[in-house]
Formats: sequence, C-alpha cells, structure tokens
Amino acid sequence: MTPTTARFDNPVSGWLRNPAATGYSGLVLGVLAAFLGIPPIQTRTVTGPIIVGVVAIAFGIWTVTRGRRRLGLGAVVTGLIGIGLGVLATRSGVGNLNAVFNASLIAQTFAFGTPLVFGAIAGMFSERSGVVNIGLEGMMLMGAFWGVYGADKGGTWVLGLVVGMAAGGLLALVYAYFAIHLRADQIVGGTAVNFLALGITGYFFFQLYNGNYVSEGVSTIPNVRIPGIASLHFLGPAIGDLNLMVWVSFVLVIVSYIVLFKTPIGLRIRACGEHPRAADTVGINVYAVRYGAVVLSGLLASAGGVYLSDGFGGGTFTDNMTEGRGFIALAAMIFGNWRPAGAFAAAILFGFSSAVALRLQVYSASASTLFNVLPYVLTLIAVAGVIGRTVPPAADGKPYQKQ
Amino acid sequence: MSIGANVPPETPEEAAETGTMAARFALKQRAGGLVVPVLTGVLAFLIGGLVVLATGHNPLAAYRDIFNGAGLNWIFHPTTNIASTSAYNLSQTLLQTTTLILCGLAVAFAFRCGMFNIGGQGQYFVGLYVANWLGFDFAYMRPLPHILIAVGGATLAGAAWAGIAGFLKATVGAHEVISTIMLNWIAIWVGEWLFGDGGPLQNVANRSVPISNDVASSAQLPTFWGVPGLQGLDVGFFVAIAALVVFWLILNRTTLGFEVRAVGFSPEAAAYGGISVKKNLIRAMAISGAFAGLAGGLDMLGYLYHFGVSDIPASSVGFLGIAVALLGRNTAVGTAIGALLFGALLFGTTHGLSSNVIQPELAGNLTYMIQGLVVLFVGADVLILYVWNTRRKLRPRTKPTTAGAAT
Repeated sequence: MTPTTARFDNPVSGWLRNPAATGYSGLVLGVLAAFLGIPPIQTRTVTGPIIVGVVAIAFGIWTVTRGRRRLGLGAVVTGLIGIGLGVLATRSGVGNLNAVFNASLIAQTFAFGTPLVFGAIAGMFSERSGVVNIGLEGMMLMGAFWGVYGADKGGTWVLGLVVGMAAGGLLALVYAYFAIHLRADQIVGGTAVNFLALGITGYFFFQLYNGNYVSEGVSTIPNVRIPGIASLHFLGPAIGDLNLMVWVSFVLVIVSYIVLFKTPIGLRIRACGEHPRAADTVGINVYAVRYGAVVLSGLLASAGGVYLSDGFGGGTFTDNMTEGRGFIALAAMIFGNWRPAGAFAAAILFGFSSAVALRLQVYSASASTLFNVLPYVLTLIAVAGVIGRTVPPAADGKPYQKQ
Repeated sequence: MSIGANVPPETPEEAAETGTMAARFALKQRAGGLVVPVLTGVLAFLIGGLVVLATGHNPLAAYRDIFNGAGLNWIFHPTTNIASTSAYNLSQTLLQTTTLILCGLAVAFAFRCGMFNIGGQGQYFVGLYVANWLGFDFAYMRPLPHILIAVGGATLAGAAWAGIAGFLKATVGAHEVISTIMLNWIAIWVGEWLFGDGGPLQNVANRSVPISNDVASSAQLPTFWGVPGLQGLDVGFFVAIAALVVFWLILNRTTLGFEVRAVGFSPEAAAYGGISVKKNLIRAMAISGAFAGLAGGLDMLGYLYHFGVSDIPASSVGFLGIAVALLGRNTAVGTAIGALLFGALLFGTTHGLSSNVIQPELAGNLTYMIQGLVVLFVGADVLILYVWNTRRKLRPRTKPTTAGAAT
C-alpha cells in the first residue's frame, strides 16, 4: 500500500489496490464460501456460499488484471470450488454433515497428522543438509515395530520410544554411510532403505510375535487430559484429550524452526545443503553435519512411527503398518517448501484430508476411498509449479566429495 | 546447470545426478561388467543368511528349500509333466519372471535416459485396471482382436501414466522421482475405488465383495505349460522375451535409442548435438511406462483374470523391478537374469516353499531384505569394487575411491 495520491490516501482503498492482499483475500473468501455450508455455521440456503464465492472470484479476476496471475487464478479456482462445496453441503442431510464435521474431526486431524508432522520435519532436516531422504517410510516403519517391541519387553512406553527411535536412527546411520561416505545415489539408497525396513520388520514381527497382534496390555503413549479444557463443550473433544506426541509435534515444529533459522547449527545445516563447497571452505565439516542431520532425520521419523503403533495404534503392529505415510510426509515436506511451518501446515492439511476421507463413508464408500488421493494430487500440482514453485535446497541429492 | 536449453534451470541436482550416473556406468563397465552385480548378489544373500542364522534357522537348508520351492531343482530331472512339483514350481517362477522382466525394463529404459522411474508399480496397476476393464467389456469380440485391444490398451495406459511424469519433468522440471511416487499412490487409491464397494469395476455378481469381474474367456491368453485357469504359464512369457529383444533393438539399433542414451549420458552434450532433451525425456518415460503397463495387462489376461482391493497392497512387482534393473545393469540380458533371480525368490519364498527350516512368512520377508540389500549395494558400487579389489589385492587400496571420484 503506497498511498501516493491524495485520492487513495485511505487505508481501506489502499489495501484494496494492493493486488497481493486482494488475491489472498480472494483465497480466504473462497475457503469461507465452502465453510459457510458446514457446521458450526451450516447455512441451509445456497445464497451465502454463492455470494461469498462470487466475491472471491471477482477479487481473483481483479488480481489477475493487476499482474499477479498465479495468485489471482488461485483465488478464482478456490472461489469456484468453494461455491461447489458450499452448495453441495447445503444439499446434504444435516445428520450426515454433523457426523463429518464435529469437534472430534479436529482431534482426528491431529491424530492422523502427527506421524506426518514428524516425518515431514525429519525429511526437512535431512534435505536441508543436502541428503534426499526417500527412506522416511522405512525409518518410520522401523520405529513402529521396534517401538511396540520396546514397550512390550521393557514394560513402559518410554523404553518403546527409545528403542523405536534407536532402530530408526540405526537404519538412518546405515543410509548415511552409503549416501555420504560411499556417495551412493541417494534415491536408490533411500529406496533400498524402504525395502530393508519392510523386510526387517516383517521378518522379526513373525519371528518374535508369530505375525499376530502384539500382546494385550502393552504400555502405550498416554493422552494428555487438560483439566480445564477437557470438560468444555467444543474445545474438550477437539483438543482436551490429545495424545502426548501430538503436543510434542507442536513443540518440535517451533524448536526445529528456531534451530534451523536462528542458531549456528541451523546455519551450518543449511549451508551444507545449499553450497557444501563453500561450507567446507569456512571450516564446516560437511560430512559430520550431514551425518548428524540424516541420523536426526531417522530419529524423528521413527518417533512418528512409534506414535503410529504405540500411540495412535494403541500398542499394536501390523505388517507394513505405515502404508505410505512416509511418502505423504515426504509430500508434505515438499508441499511445505522445505520449511518447518510449511511442512507442519501441509502435514496437518493431509491429516485433515485423511480424517475427512474416513468420515465421508457416511455418504458413500466410493467417495471416501477416492478422497484419499487428495494429498498426492495436491503434491503433484505443487511440484508442477501451478501454485507457486517449490524450491529444494540447491545441493539436495548431490553427494559431496572432499578435496 | 540446466539440462538442455529448454528446460528451466530449476533442479541442478538432476545435472549432477545424471552426470554421476554416466560415470558410474563407465565404472561398472571397466570392472568387467559382471563383478558388481555378482558380488552384490552374493553379499546380499550372505547378509540375508546371517539374519536367518541369527534367528536360529539353518541358512544353507533355508536357501536349499527356497531353491526347490522356486522349482529350480527342475534342471536335475527335467520333465514337462506339470504334475511334478518341481515342474509346477518352475512354471510359477517363470510366470513371476515374465512380470519382473517387463517391470525391470520399465525401470531400465528410464535409467538409460538418466531418469529414475520409481513409478513402475503405479504404471503396472494402471495397465492391470485397463486390461480388466477392456477384458470384461467387449466380450462379444473374437479372441485375437479382443486380446490385442486389451493388451494394447493396458500398454498405452501405462505409457500415459508414466508420460505424465515425463511431461512434467520436460516442461516444468518437476523431479520424476517425486511425481512417479505420487502417481503410484494415486493409482493405488484409484484401484481401491474402482474395485471397492460401489466402484465402477466392481463385480456385478456379488456387490458385497470388493473384487473385479473376471475377464471374458475371449480375452484370456492361451496357456502353453500347465492347466489353463489354474495359473498355467501363458504366452505372455514369450511376449516378455520379445520385449527384451525390442528393448535392446530400440536402444542399440535405432535413432530413438541413440538419442535416449545420449540424453542419459549428458543432457547438455545431447542438446548441443541438436537432440531435443524435452522430447526424449517424455518419450523415454512413456516407453518405460509402456513396459510396466504391458506387464499389468499380461498378468491380468494371462493368469489373474480378476483383481481385488486386498490384492493391491500385496503386489510389489513394480518395486521389485527396481532391484531387477539395477542388478541387471539396465541391460536386456542383465534384466532377464535379474528377473529370473527375483522371480525365483518371489515364488520360492512364498507359495512354493514347503520347508520345516523356515516358514514362508519369514522367507517372504527375507526376499524383501535381499531386495533391499541388492539395491543398497548396487547403488554403492564403490563399496563393491572396494571389496573386490581388497580381496584380489591387485591394486592399491585407494584405487576404487579415486575411480569413483570421476564425478
């Protein structure tokens, strides 16, 4: 907003003349159009969503004429989808709407999103240091199995977390040796890690537990019941009784932001990912930093895996339990543009879409199943650069050769 | 650092990746070609054997039982009588080999153009779905055109599915690894939708079972060894052998293959020589996908006939194709050998295995471990050559590292 002339020397019109602000307002209005139709607002007439959606489209078109094409088109598309979803919501039964959109949807979003948050942050550390980590899925799977094993044999979920993270960290260490010291192709190596984890967990699951559910009464990661909030009307079921690891994941995002962008360690990690030669020149041990980042990545991803089996899963393990969550986490990291807050937002968005997909079964099983493709389609659109380009660290995936 | 003049300089990693790939390839050739894959296989089986030993089983007996389970003991007393256990097991191993040859070629062809097609599984599924649809519909057709349409449709579907990734890479520089992973998962969920409750390809007879229709008998491939309808070995096996020849011919005897390989070795040099990098990236990816889609089509029409929601997560042939191609150094002959090895492992550790040394559940996971180790070691050929050279003590110990430094 640069009120250069007296005519527009007014904060509101100045804001309206800013294409970026108008574009983003259009995006928000587009989402609002859909939001009007669902609880708690739950309008039963189509007028509301249509009016708000049309305003969003108008904002988008105006933004396009002011040169911000991509943003404006985004607002137009969001407006159209918002109208569509909003009208659809007003046409559907109140009972079904309430079954899908209620307070526990929020809790479920976090439950589905948390393993993805751990995985996405894990991947971010590795890739920020310049090592692509396709093996997130495998590391998560190691955490899921050995976490339950540790909790079962050790008698406490704390030990389960330790054992699970150690297993994931160990696998990450092997991967790090191949990717960093032996300069193996990182995509190939990461793929190998996934196969290995699938084989190791499956083999030992059968060897140690005969392939059955892990025995009853395993110590599981507890929920945190917040005394004041748990009994409240809406907030209670939403956030009053979340798993401990959900709260840990919130802390993790903040801590990883601070570490990555506000500390010397973070600067070193990013330097190794952007320009390892320059980092080496100023005395940073590129190999050591990369080893640290990859192992940290393994620890975090497997912590997400432990949550999956010993928190979310209630102390059980099944063959190939992660079922591609590691890849969704990878997608969330890319969608979030290799940044903690972005990765977190994308992971929660993907968790939300999983939670909604599960609940859409009240409408139709088909729709529920098909809804699961959303994270992958969104990521495909994101890497295609339709909504703003994603930019990986410059040296991501390049082995570094010391001189 | 951009690959070719037309491609946005968005991913410098690609340039480095393709650069090292060529260097790696040269390294492997220099080492006599056979050393790396053979040592890789031996090491992987050795480590897998150690795990078996550590968990209280006899690894030699386990491997012997897997060998017999795969029907490879057939060579000691060959017979065409399918009632013999070894002959039956071998026919099943060859059935798996058929699929793995094509899935391996899908990975290998993209590799020769400097791309990593990790999406073979998705392309295979898409081929499978289309073959099921075309094989169930058009039931009034005569067998030959029906089979041709269904197989052709599956091949084209696989090509189109992979072509998306190739197109995105060529036009906006989206990394093919990321896009093929996403396409894999989209294909998986689309399959669960197609065959699931109320899905468009769910069987018409029993709407409570999430399984597809059987393909019409006019679309089923003729069986030449074994009992038709009971997973006999079908003519798809010969199609896979023909595909190996086609793969070799395309790469080594056509302009297209020359351009693909040129882009694979060095996109900059290829662009400088007047080769369109964009066009070849899309073409190579589509041809890759065609192999995987063909695999899906042949499996559907050859012996599966139907597919269910629960079969989707159980299938991993597309991923096994990665190990097959890497072990086979992305050549036709190597892929054939790799496919036979993993086909034998796939059947010999599961359905074919009758053993009191190691249960099929354990042995099946042993396959995954060996697969992982093979891929891990092939990716780190420097290590393998190091082991080789240390053993032979012919060269100074630092030699492999400096050879690897030619990046």
